[in-house]
Amino acid sequence: MNTKRIASALWPIVPILGALLFTSGLLLLFDASPLEAFQSMFKGAFGDQSKTLSVLAFWIPLTLCSLGLLITFTAGLWNIGVEGQIILGSIGASWIALKVHAPNAFLQITLELIVAMAAGALWAALSAILKTRGKVHEIFSGLALNNLAIILTNYLISGPWQPPEGGTFRGTTPFPDAALLPRFAESRFSPLSLVFLIIALVIVFVALRGTFWGLKLKALGKNPFSAFLLGVSSEKEVILAMMFCGALAGLGGAVRVLSWFDSLRQSISGGIGFLALLVVMLANYRLIWVPFIAFFFSAVLNGSITLQLRTQLHSSLGGILTGLLVLFVLLFGDPKALGLRRKKEEQNE
Amino acid sequence: MNIELREIRKYFDHVKANDGISLTLEAGKIYGLLGENGAGKSTLMKILSGYQPADSGEILLDDHTQHFSSPAQALSSGIGMLYQEPLDFPPFRIIDNYLLGRDNRIALDYKTVSAELNEYASRYNFSLDIGAFIDTLSLGERQQLELIRLLAGGAQVLILDEPTTGISAEQKQLLFSSMRKLAHDEGKIIILVSHKLDEVQELCDQAFVLRRGKLVGGSDLPCQNEKLVEMMFAQIPARSERTAMAQKELALELRDLTISTYRLTVSGINLNVCVGEIFGLAGLEGSGQELVLKACAGLLPSAHGKIILAGQDVTGWSYHRMQKADIAYVAAGRLEAGLVAGLSITEHVVLAQPEHTFFIDWKTSEQETLNRISDYQIVGTPDTNADQLSGGNQQRLLFALLKTPLKLLLMEHPTRGLDVRSTNWIWELLYNRREQGSAILFMSADLDEIVERSDRIAVFSGGVMSRIVDAKQTTVEELGHLIGGRE
Amino acid sequence: MNEPEFVRVLASIILASSPLIIAVCGETLTERAGVVNLSLDGTMLMAAMTGFVIALETDSVWFGFLAGAIIGMIFAAIVAFGSITLGKSAVAVGFVLTLLGDDLSAFLGQNYTRIPGPTVKHVGIPILENIPIIGPIFFDQDIVVYFAYILVAFSWWYLNRTQPGLRLRSSGERPDAAFARGISVNRLRYLYTIVGGSLVGIAGAAYSLDVKIGWSDGHTRGLGWIALAIVIFGGWSPIRGALGAILFGATKALATILQRTFPEVSVVAFNAIPWLLMIAVLVLVGSDITERLIMLAPQKMQPALRRWLRISPPMALGTTFVEK
Repeated sequence: MNTKRIASALWPIVPILGALLFTSGLLLLFDASPLEAFQSMFKGAFGDQSKTLSVLAFWIPLTLCSLGLLITFTAGLWNIGVEGQIILGSIGASWIALKVHAPNAFLQITLELIVAMAAGALWAALSAILKTRGKVHEIFSGLALNNLAIILTNYLISGPWQPPEGGTFRGTTPFPDAALLPRFAESRFSPLSLVFLIIALVIVFVALRGTFWGLKLKALGKNPFSAFLLGVSSEKEVILAMMFCGALAGLGGAVRVLSWFDSLRQSISGGIGFLALLVVMLANYRLIWVPFIAFFFSAVLNGSITLQLRTQLHSSLGGILTGLLVLFVLLFGDPKALGLRRKKEEQNE
Repeated sequence: MNIELREIRKYFDHVKANDGISLTLEAGKIYGLLGENGAGKSTLMKILSGYQPADSGEILLDDHTQHFSSPAQALSSGIGMLYQEPLDFPPFRIIDNYLLGRDNRIALDYKTVSAELNEYASRYNFSLDIGAFIDTLSLGERQQLELIRLLAGGAQVLILDEPTTGISAEQKQLLFSSMRKLAHDEGKIIILVSHKLDEVQELCDQAFVLRRGKLVGGSDLPCQNEKLVEMMFAQIPARSERTAMAQKELALELRDLTISTYRLTVSGINLNVCVGEIFGLAGLEGSGQELVLKACAGLLPSAHGKIILAGQDVTGWSYHRMQKADIAYVAAGRLEAGLVAGLSITEHVVLAQPEHTFFIDWKTSEQETLNRISDYQIVGTPDTNADQLSGGNQQRLLFALLKTPLKLLLMEHPTRGLDVRSTNWIWELLYNRREQGSAILFMSADLDEIVERSDRIAVFSGGVMSRIVDAKQTTVEELGHLIGGRE
Repeated sequence: MNEPEFVRVLASIILASSPLIIAVCGETLTERAGVVNLSLDGTMLMAAMTGFVIALETDSVWFGFLAGAIIGMIFAAIVAFGSITLGKSAVAVGFVLTLLGDDLSAFLGQNYTRIPGPTVKHVGIPILENIPIIGPIFFDQDIVVYFAYILVAFSWWYLNRTQPGLRLRSSGERPDAAFARGISVNRLRYLYTIVGGSLVGIAGAAYSLDVKIGWSDGHTRGLGWIALAIVIFGGWSPIRGALGAILFGATKALATILQRTFPEVSVVAFNAIPWLLMIAVLVLVGSDITERLIMLAPQKMQPALRRWLRISPPMALGTTFVEK
């Protein structure tokens, strides 16, 4: 019996190894040494202080979005629109950064963050209302709203917020220094954003485990009709859950635009929204795993950018590794499911 | 064809659904299979029709042992079963539904099949518009189609599972006459699974009675009802003696209530329920009782009329508003409608609280849960998930979650699928509620339950409510008439 | 605009919509059987890349299409395996594959970007192509377009007038009843997921071999998602799905044209049109407006109208079926 237990506990290593092997195989296909490639990735992530700080800086918004998605997943929602919510958060923060000049940095930043969270929350509310009133599945409203957010960004970059030397589709005019989040050394990492993350972690943990609202969401996600009969208003809770996630995503967007970048860019969300969905899936929807998996993703993805610079191998390798990890763990990570599938028959006489 | 069942056994965990049943069926006869809820009738017939395998025992057709791996295979051997909910495809046309699975040719031969369908239909006096879509048909018509399909598929044995629930009186007569023709003229075997003694007496030549998984006896028909009842229940059920609790004060008034849905319209409902009264709604499934209950709970809008609760007009109120006004609704499907699989008993208790704090006090909640577990004798711990409970315990949990006090308790099938002990226990709980001043309005498919437990009864048939009857003075026969649509 | 211009634009819309039509047909078959294959976007990217590369290396578009089809089948098989056999969420598996397909195609295709390659032949259909206006638009096209026409007609016939089509539909409507009739529901679901996937793969290859020739990072990105949405607002019918695809292509073309004639008015409005339209149509699909319109029609016509305008999903779409 003991061996079975150990095997069961150790089983998750199998899909992880599988992902590594598959990725190595791809590398061999391109005459690259897997060992060297992984080493390059590691160096690219942690080789020197600035690189490590970059990993941290990417990790923060990724984790913020993942925490938000924990809420929407609990409510049974597939919030694909999280990318658009990040973007709207960035737009909101950019708007304040460019148009408002508060007397001190504290006020400036606070205003930026509030507007960013509000913008993200409102964009998410759109998806939610389309679902509750329009019966549009959140995957599709999210999809459309993501694209609309991108279009809006492009418009702002090439139009009203273009840099003084003319629109280049690269980004808006840079923000004044006072508007940016204080950064550590010469990196893109803002220690202040770490504070936000910790606060968000605590809030989400308490919300899910210790509040009545969290319990309502849990019931809603598992059985909407029973939840309704027990008194849960699905319309209200769906909207609230989405707005909560949108606010966190918006905050992530603000962090992106105010520390990672210094202006609103075309690829402001950096695919972080979709990545966050993968993070939560790989974490099996459990909060404790989320920050660690997000950190791992951040390291791999940042590392592969350096990989591309050094070896001419496309940086999408990082995405391949993380994607395969999620796929293999999703498919093969549960040893019980792979065994005999016992079909219990309920007999009603 | 003759059928022999030998020592059929089927267990579900430790429940002996079929405990060594043996019987013989002869061609050209109509059999009735009787037994109360849980006796094992459906299980046995599902085994015979290939829907599920027996754990042990044999099925012999004309002295040859058969093994059925699927209903389709059973049909090709000549055994077909008509389910209460016919296994058809609502979005299909009648003709497509008929053609599905009929043969392996690629193209669909509408011409031959139309002729075939019409020929069968006229043989048994069914009138069908074969271009129609299944979801526009009534239950009785869908049954007729399914019968034709089974016969065309070569059925020599037809099993009918509670076929008269939900069809009109006319359709019932049509069904019975076609069964007589099939058995007596065409030599087929018909098995009618039913709990309705009257119908079994009317149609069948011979009856078998099951009780608790065993075959306890049989009789040629017609015979005295008491003889059958004795075998089914081991004793005639006593009408439970209790004092009437109904007061003069009205808990619920329905005035000229009309509810309209795609399938059925219920109109002109006038009904009063007094405080402390138990009012039973009888009738075949789908006759409209469910609509009335749902409208009273705010789950369905009413097209016309008024709902008045304790003197207050609550017409058009939403479900949640009704809930706050001390109306409770307990649906029939426990895990589908009322409990959440994956949530523990404690979590349910917390969710069901009318007053709640922003932060959950888990300690206090667990204590409260332990209290309720002991009060309602639920077999489980605070951490047990709802889906891990047995059916009876799930029902107890549903009652444990109800607010106290309640002005009105609406229930669909409160004791469906429960054994006698659980049923009595649940009704004790309901009598307690009644003493606290709740009014109870419930529906049940079990006529005996309605007669035994209600103070007053109304019967629904095809969306029309009959006159209201006093339970103490009525008889099962009178109610049976009302159900059939006769005055 | 003079006639040839207007005709040319319409013809190019038909061409550009054809891969989408093929993908929509494929996913319609899959969903009518009860399975949601969310990996379309990733499938099309991988198929576009692979199709182009293989066509380039073998100097034959046909091998390119074959490669695309195989890629489509592999992705679909993973979705089917994950959801039917392993019981995992099809949405989750499909979503991961979407992202993976994007990264894999970028990585594997990195040496093939911005290279010209073979294209699909252009064939005018004699007689038909000479019909004024209609002719040049519909019958003087690339082979891919004709394949799309045939596929739509065949799909409709297969679904509605054949025994295998009935079985497919029964698996998506009431798997328990289908099973009782002797139909292997899960086997059919596997089959049609893979068949649908192969069509999506062909669509991806068609794109890089005929519409936007060549390969680049993110070549077909977004098309798979659009195809999924069109299946819904085409009401799970191949013909209406094709019309939806053409409509989408038309709004995109309209956006480009308007942009040319009114350069001052912002790019934003034009590019946003297709997405706003998509939201509007999805809301329409979920509402009861069609039902209300039908109620206005004469009683006798109502059932038929209800059928043609039926936009409700297959009853068992997205559910798993456990065979006893």
